[in-house]
Amino acid sequence: MDSGLIGSILTVIFFLVFVGIVWWAYHKDNRAKYDAAARLPFEEDEPTAPAHSEEKAQ
Amino acid sequence: MEATTYNYKVVRQFAIMTVVWGIVGMLVGVILSAQLIWPTLTEHLGPLAPYLSYGRIRPLHTNAVIFAFGGSALFAASLFAVQRTCQARLLSDGLAGFVFWGWQLIIVLAAVSLPMGFTSGKEYAELEWPIDILIAVVWVAYAVLFFGTIIKRKTQHIYVANWFFGAYIVTIAVLHITNSMEFPITLTKSYSAYAGVQDAMVQWWYGHNAVGFFLTTAFLGMMYYFIPKQAGRPIYSYRLSIVHFWALNFIYMWAGPHHLLYTALPDWAQSLGMLFSLMLIAPSWGGMINGIMTLSGAWHKLRTDPILKFMVTALSFYGMSTFEGPMLSVKTVNALSHYTEWTIGHVHSGALGWVAMISIGSMYYLIPRLFGREEMYSVKWINTHFWVSTIGVVLYIAALWIAGVAEGLMWRATNADGTLTYSFVQSVEAMYPFYYIRLLGGLMFFAGMLLMAWNVWKTVASGKAVDNAPIPQAVQA
Repeated sequence: MDSGLIGSILTVIFFLVFVGIVWWAYHKDNRAKYDAAARLPFEEDEPTAPAHSEEKAQ
Repeated sequence: MEATTYNYKVVRQFAIMTVVWGIVGMLVGVILSAQLIWPTLTEHLGPLAPYLSYGRIRPLHTNAVIFAFGGSALFAASLFAVQRTCQARLLSDGLAGFVFWGWQLIIVLAAVSLPMGFTSGKEYAELEWPIDILIAVVWVAYAVLFFGTIIKRKTQHIYVANWFFGAYIVTIAVLHITNSMEFPITLTKSYSAYAGVQDAMVQWWYGHNAVGFFLTTAFLGMMYYFIPKQAGRPIYSYRLSIVHFWALNFIYMWAGPHHLLYTALPDWAQSLGMLFSLMLIAPSWGGMINGIMTLSGAWHKLRTDPILKFMVTALSFYGMSTFEGPMLSVKTVNALSHYTEWTIGHVHSGALGWVAMISIGSMYYLIPRLFGREEMYSVKWINTHFWVSTIGVVLYIAALWIAGVAEGLMWRATNADGTLTYSFVQSVEAMYPFYYIRLLGGLMFFAGMLLMAWNVWKTVASGKAVDNAPIPQAVQA
C-alpha cells in the first residue's frame, strides 16, 4: 500500500468517527445525561435556571 | 484525610500575575508601535539602546503577552475550573507551587535573554534550549497536576471546559517538544534539528497550533466555564459543545501550511492547509454561537453587567477573527495580504479582542471570589475599562486593515511597461497615518489594563485571601 492510499483510508475512517461522535452527542438517550453535565458548574451553588433543552421540552 | 477545601492559593498567584504580565507585555507593545513611527526613539538611551532595539523586544512582546499574560490567565482559570467542576482539591499543593514558580522563572529568563539577543529564531519559540527544557519540565508538572485532579474527581462526568483545557495541555506539550528539537552549541546557542522547508513546516505546524490550542482551545475552556457562571445559566447546548470540541481537534492540526503559501512548500501541502483553514469556520462559529446563545433569555444582563460585556464582546471578536483567518488563508487573498500590516491587525483582533477580553472578564469574575468579596472594588471602572479597550481594539484593527490592503496594493501595482509603480519606501511612508492610529488604539488598551490593576489593588487591599472554600461533601449524580 502506498502512502496516498493509507492517507485516503485514514481520512475516511476519521470522517466516520466524527459522524459517530455527532450521532452519539445528539442521540436522544443521552439528552438527560448531557443536561445534567451542563449543570455541573452549578452543582454547589444556589439553584439556577434549568438547562436550555429542558426549557424547550416543556 | 481527604481535603475539604479547594486550593485557591495557586489560582490567586496566577490571577495577580495575569494583570502584572499583561501590563508589562502591552507596555512593550506600545513601545514597539511608537518605534515604528519614530525609529530612533530608543537610540539615545546610551548603553541601554541595543537591548531596546525593535528586533530584540518584538519577541519579548509576543512571548510576554502570549505566554506570560495569556499563560498566567490560563493557569488561573484552568486550575480554578478543574477543582470546582471536579469537586476535588488539586492533586498536590507542592506541585502547584512548583508550576507557579517554575513558570515565573521561565518568564523572567525570557525577559532577560530575549533583549540580550539570545534567540533560536523561531516565531513564538525564540527561547534558547535551556529554557526550552525548563518549559517542558514545568509543563509536564502542570499536566500531572491537572489530570491528577481529574482522576480524583468526585463528579461522574468530566465537564466540557476540562476537555478543552486537557486538549490544550496535551497538544502544547507535543508541539513544544517537537518544534524545540535542537542541537546545543553553547549554553546560549542552538540549531534546529530540522532543515530547509521541513524546518519551516515544523515551525508553522507549531506556530499555528500555538494559536489553535494555546490561544483558542484553552480560552474556549475558559469560555465554557466562566460565561455560564457569570450569566448564571448553563451553556446553551452541551451537545453542541461536544461536537465543537471534536471538530476543532480534528481540523486545527492541519491548518499550519497557510503560513507558507507561495513558498518552497509543495503546492499540495499549501492547498491542504488552505482547505482545512476554510473548514475551521464551522467549529469556530459553532462554538461562538454556543457561547453567545447562553445568554438567550437573559440578554438584559448585558445592559448592566460589564463582566458579561467583556465576555460577549470577546466572543464577537472570536467570531470575526475566525472568519477573517480562513479568508486570509485563501491563496488569492493571501497573495495580497501576506507580509502586510493586515496580518498584524488580524492577530490583534484575536489577541486583544478575543484572548485578552475573555481573560479580563474571567479575572474580574475570579479575583473578588479569591479575596472574599462579592464583586470588584468598582464595577463602574470595569465598565470604563470595557469601553476604553473595545474602542482601542477597533481603532487598532481598522487602521491595520486599511494599512495592510493599501500596502498590498502598492506592492503589486505595476506600470504599463511592467516596472513597479511604487518603491518600497513609498509604501512605508503611506503607513504613517495608520501607525499613529494603531499607537492610539494600543495606548487605550494599555490604559485599560492600568485601570484594571488599580481596581484589583483596591479589591485585594479591602479583601482577605480565601483559603477555606469548602468542597461539597455530598454529591448528587
